[in-house]
Amino acid sequence: MGQAIAFYVIAACILGFAVLVVSTKDTVHSVLFLVLDFLFVAALYVLLGAQFLAVIQVLVYAGGIVVLYLFVVMLVNLKRPPEAHQDPHRRTKLGFGLAAAVLVELGAIAAYGYTAPASATLSAASAPMPVAGNTEQVGWLLYTQYLVPFEIASMLLLVAMIGAIILAKREL
Amino acid sequence: MLLSAALFIIGVIGVMVRRNIIIIFMSIELILNAVNINLVAFSNQLQNAVGQVFAIFVIAVAAAEAAVGLGIILAFYRNKETMNIDEMNLMKS
Repeated sequence: MGQAIAFYVIAACILGFAVLVVSTKDTVHSVLFLVLDFLFVAALYVLLGAQFLAVIQVLVYAGGIVVLYLFVVMLVNLKRPPEAHQDPHRRTKLGFGLAAAVLVELGAIAAYGYTAPASATLSAASAPMPVAGNTEQVGWLLYTQYLVPFEIASMLLLVAMIGAIILAKREL
Repeated sequence: MLLSAALFIIGVIGVMVRRNIIIIFMSIELILNAVNINLVAFSNQLQNAVGQVFAIFVIAVAAAEAAVGLGIILAFYRNKETMNIDEMNLMKS
């Protein structure tokens, strides 16, 4: 019972801060609400039993990416809010309409998933793993079955780092 | 699962409605977080750690994409001095 209450509280906080992120006029406030959002998502991960992922989320997302966003916001140094005048080409209603269409689509997918339950045969191909804690489980899978995506992800990070450095140079 | 769908919707609305490019990027991060919540919820229900492994990869990809995207924004801002995507029309004839 306490778990359900905690889940609803955390979920309400996540959604509330997400709405604040996309609707605040000040950019710095938006970034701060994003940080709080990430921390609440990490709490949700702990509740769902993914402690390793919660720590990774706090370290990488709330620690690294949000700091990056703060740097860029401070470097840009907005003097006036960019929402000063409405562009005639802006189609806000179309944006909301498309979001509503995505919502309907997600609802349809969820309803289809409920009426035709999928057979859970995911655990058929997994190697025997030690069940001594969440980090060991994740690490075992990461290094045995998903080794190739792991290496590819590290290559991706390397390429992204090179790209970011090149983009930040003054003259190419 | 409803939570991740709602978060996804909020992110999509943020991407489409806001004009500040930084807030658009943050909404994309919200969308990726919604996907991660979904993955972890399924991993918890099916008692399989594969969802969390995939969520780790999603976080890594999101970090790479955020870094490169912000680099592009900075390079653009050096040329055009605006954070408004309606004014970022260098490729327009």
